[in-house]
Formats: sequence, C-alpha cells, structure tokens
Amino acid sequence: MVLSSLPFILIVCAYLFYSHARLLENPGDKLLPAPATIATTIHQYAFEEDERSGDYLWWTDTFASLVRLLTALAISATVGLLLGLSIGVLPYLRATVAPFVAALSLIPPLAVLPILFIVAGLGEMAKVILIIIGVAPIIVRDLALRVGELPTEQIIKAQTLGASTWQLAMRVVLPQLWPRLIDALRLTLGSAWLFLIAAEAIASTEGLGYRIFLVRRYLAMDVILPYVAWITVLAFSMDWMLRLLRAKAFGWAENK
Amino acid sequence: MTKRLPISLALLLLVVLGPHMGRAAERTSFNVAWSIYVGWMPWDYADRSGILQKWATKYGIKIKLTQVNDYVESINQYTAGTFDACVMTNMDMLTIPAAGGVDSTALIVGDFSNGNDGVVLKGKGKKLEDIKGQKVNLVELSVSHYLLVRALSSIGLRERDLKIVNTSDADIVAAFATPSSTAVVAWKPQLSEILASPDAQLVFDSSKIPGEIMDLMVVNSAVLNANPKLGKALIGAWYETLALMFKDDAAGKSAQAAMAKASGTTPAGFASQLATTRLFTTPAQALEFMNGDGVIKNMDLVRKFSFEHGLLGRGAASADVVGIVFPAGKTLGDVHNQKMRIDAAYTKMAMDGSL
Repeated sequence: MVLSSLPFILIVCAYLFYSHARLLENPGDKLLPAPATIATTIHQYAFEEDERSGDYLWWTDTFASLVRLLTALAISATVGLLLGLSIGVLPYLRATVAPFVAALSLIPPLAVLPILFIVAGLGEMAKVILIIIGVAPIIVRDLALRVGELPTEQIIKAQTLGASTWQLAMRVVLPQLWPRLIDALRLTLGSAWLFLIAAEAIASTEGLGYRIFLVRRYLAMDVILPYVAWITVLAFSMDWMLRLLRAKAFGWAENK
Repeated sequence: MTKRLPISLALLLLVVLGPHMGRAAERTSFNVAWSIYVGWMPWDYADRSGILQKWATKYGIKIKLTQVNDYVESINQYTAGTFDACVMTNMDMLTIPAAGGVDSTALIVGDFSNGNDGVVLKGKGKKLEDIKGQKVNLVELSVSHYLLVRALSSIGLRERDLKIVNTSDADIVAAFATPSSTAVVAWKPQLSEILASPDAQLVFDSSKIPGEIMDLMVVNSAVLNANPKLGKALIGAWYETLALMFKDDAAGKSAQAAMAKASGTTPAGFASQLATTRLFTTPAQALEFMNGDGVIKNMDLVRKFSFEHGLLGRGAASADVVGIVFPAGKTLGDVHNQKMRIDAAYTKMAMDGSL
C-alpha cells in the first residue's frame, strides 16, 4: 500500500514544487495553477450553477459522457458476444466474416470521421457509433479467439453426447465466454474513453471531453487538471467494478 | 533509495525550470512560432527566402521560426514559455497570454479580417434573421463565436435565441455537408470551401465589423525589452517581405505563388483570401491604424465579450482585470496589471527607415 502510493505522492510533490516556482515568477500563471485555485474551480463547476446555462456543469458533463460511453459499451458488448460466439462456433461464418471483422478492426476510426458525419449526422448517434467502431471489432475478435482456445475435448465430448450446434453454443461455449467478455471490456475501456473524448471534441454541447477542449482555448488548466483526474477516477472505478463482477459472478474462472 | 529522492526531485525541477530562468536576460537566439493563415504566410516566405535570416544577421541574432499545425496549441506553448514570440489574434492575445499573466507586446499589427470570417446559412436567399432558433456549428470561444455575437447584436438577437454546437475547425466543412447542420460560422480557407457548396448563403461577415479581429505578431514583453534587436529584426523582415510580395513584377508574383502553395491553395485562391484581408502593406498604414481611436474601441468590445464568456478566468471581477496599453500611453482596465501592450514604437522605426 505504502509502496504503491509512492509514485502518486511523488507526482503530487513534483507538481506542487513546479507550480509554486512558476507562480513565484508569474502570479497569473495558468499552466500549473495552485491547489487553492483548483479547489475553487472544482467548487464552482460542481456545486454552483453556471451563470449562462443554469446547469451544474461538472455533473451535466459527467452524465452526458457516461450515457454515451455506457450506451456504446453495452452495444459493443452485445455485438461482440453475439458475433464473437457465432464466428467461434460456426466455421462457415468464420470463413465469411472473420477476415472482414479483422480488417474493420484495423481501420483507425478517427480517420473516417467525415464519412461517419455524413452517415450518422453530428448528434449523439455519431459519438456512440465512433466508440462502437473503435471497440466492438476488437471484442468480436477477442471472443472468437477465446472460443478457439477452448479444449477440443470439450467440444468433441459434447458432440459425442449428441449436442446440436445450438446446444453446443449455449451450453458449452457461452458460459465460458462471459468472464472473457468482462476481460475484453476491461481491456477496451481505455480505447472507449479515448474515442469518447475525441468524439466530444468534434461537435457537441456538453460532456467531459467537450469541456476540456473548450477551456483549452484559454489555457484553463485549473479546469482541465481536475477533469482529467475525474476521468481517471471514473475509468478506474468502472474497471474495478467489472473486476468485482467477474470475481463474484464467475468465481470459477478466477486464477487462484 | 528513498534518501536519493529529494536529490533526483531537485534535479528534475532544475531540468524543467531551467529554460524559464532568466527570461529577461539578453540573448542571441530566439524561437518564434507561426501557424497557417493568409495574413501570416509572409512569415513563412521571409524564412524560406532568407529575408528573416538577413535581418537577424544584421542584428547579430538567430531567429528560429517554427510552424505549429494547431493554432491554439502554438499560443499555449508561447504562454508556457516555449516560444519568445507567436502570431495570434487580438482576442486570443488578451485571453490566453495576457489573462495568464504573461506580459505580451503586439509588435506588429499585420492585418484585420475584412471578410475572412463569415456566418453561413443553408439555403439560398436566407437572411441573418433566419438564424433564430437554429443550431449553429462553430469553434466556441474563438473569433467565430465573437463574430456571431456581433452579428446577433446587429439584429437585436441574443445567444440564447439559438443553440451553439462546438465544432472543431478541422471538421467544420464536413459538418456543413451533413443534413443536420444548417448554420455555421467559419474562417478562411474553410469558409471558402463552405461557400463553394450550392446551397450556402453568406449572411454576415467580418467586413461589417472592420478592425475588430486583428492579426498580430506578439512578443513576450520581458524578452523584447531586454532584446530590442529581436523586435527590429522581426519588423524589418516583415515589411521587406510585404514590399516584395506586392511588387507588380515577376518576383512579387513568385512570392505570392510560393505563399499560396505553402498554405495549400492556388494563387487565385490565395488572392481571394488576400482580398478579404485588410493587410497593412506599409508601416505608415499600420501606424495610422494603431494610433487611431478605433483600436481602443474595438479592444473594448473584445474584452467585454471575453469577460462575459468567462475567458478572463472565472475569478475575474470585471472586464478591467487585464490592463491594456495602447500607443501614446492610452490605457484600458487595471493599471496595476497591464499585461497586453500594443506597441507602435517599432512600426514607427520601420516607417522612418531607422532600423
């Protein structure tokens, strides 16, 4: 515990030193604001109504971003599970779809933005789709590979006992895929946040990424730094909850 | 291991703080940043053609000109201290370095936008009044936002009469191509692309608010005061390049063609951008503009907009928080916190030929 908190303490100390030094030289410095300035800003954003919109910006931004992220992750997980399972179990489908999914997963989503705008418009859908394009193919590929890793003996045994492909998929493969799905989600969380921030930077009216890119125009690091820390906290707790869910629901899959 | 921590920390601090120490000292090499915009292309040409180097050598200094692709990032880097000088608009100068406590001097007022920024609605024959209730795509808190507010106030509307959608300038052309976008505010060259589409109608542009959006070469005041040579070299190179590019001969044409190419457009496209830019081609023109009362009036509008939109910091009590100094000693705002200076001294030297 002490050891693991050491790097964090070190970073905070370095920040305090550097911030103090810059503020001595220039009291109006915006690059590394003093902790008190950051605290005031957090208070204004989280607990005071914004004068222009009447919203509590911190929470409306958080809510907007989480809705986008969770919608996209839920759709990606569903698509990933269905397609990954089918590709893994059905050789014909594997032959037809797998190379396509592989190619799709390699397209950098940010490079096809203009196409995405024309297809999906500039609204919420475009943002959610950007995350899905970035995340779903990876989950599909991962789960399909995991199906391939299942011991052949299991499959043959089930087939010898007369299982149909449907029964095989539902009773043998699917139960073993759930924990892998959670793993895949955990691993793609980072990319999902990346695409969320990118999507919000392009065209939006609220959201964590929107705020960061907006206030960057006047170098308001007193807003950017707490927002970045908050995103880290959100991402970390999502990861932690997924890990907890995996341990509780699929204890049998935990490595002891 | 833990015993060495304070030492390594101190070393780390020394490394990061090093470059910032002694900003005010006399130096011989300087870093200048620029980004692509019609009114700033002469800087690139001055660098490539050797004009900048010639002037730097004359004063015994070195000037390294760096192109930064992301305009806002170039200003942020200037504010952080990476660059000694940087090109920017008057509004960004006020809200980023000046509001951030970095005392800055506008060494050269190069031009003002005279139609380079515009409000566009979808549908031929539309008027500015039709913007009411629409969603407007623009780079929020930029000069586009300022232009929109000025346009709205000219017809008695307010920002709450429409909905602003923050849209990156890199994506604004693609945004206008989508059915969901019906109104945009943009600057050239993107504005030219948008206006090229058959159903685009320009309803307001910066020629209706002349002189309010200025394009400047901004130098860190401490650096400039300790090194007047930098100011002289920059302004000397600037006006020599302008004289060259507007000469009606082969050399002038080839200079303009080179600038067009460097900004990714054709000579005709570049000429059309120049036509909507009021470029001060001689120091005398610039000086007349800088000394006029219009500059003070315009900066007053800009600082009020900046304050109302929180660009001077959330803690700012009024638009007066940042003091602005104009030629001939006129000022706006807090006299104890003067961080933005429009300095005509070097332009005067250029006019008098005393460089």
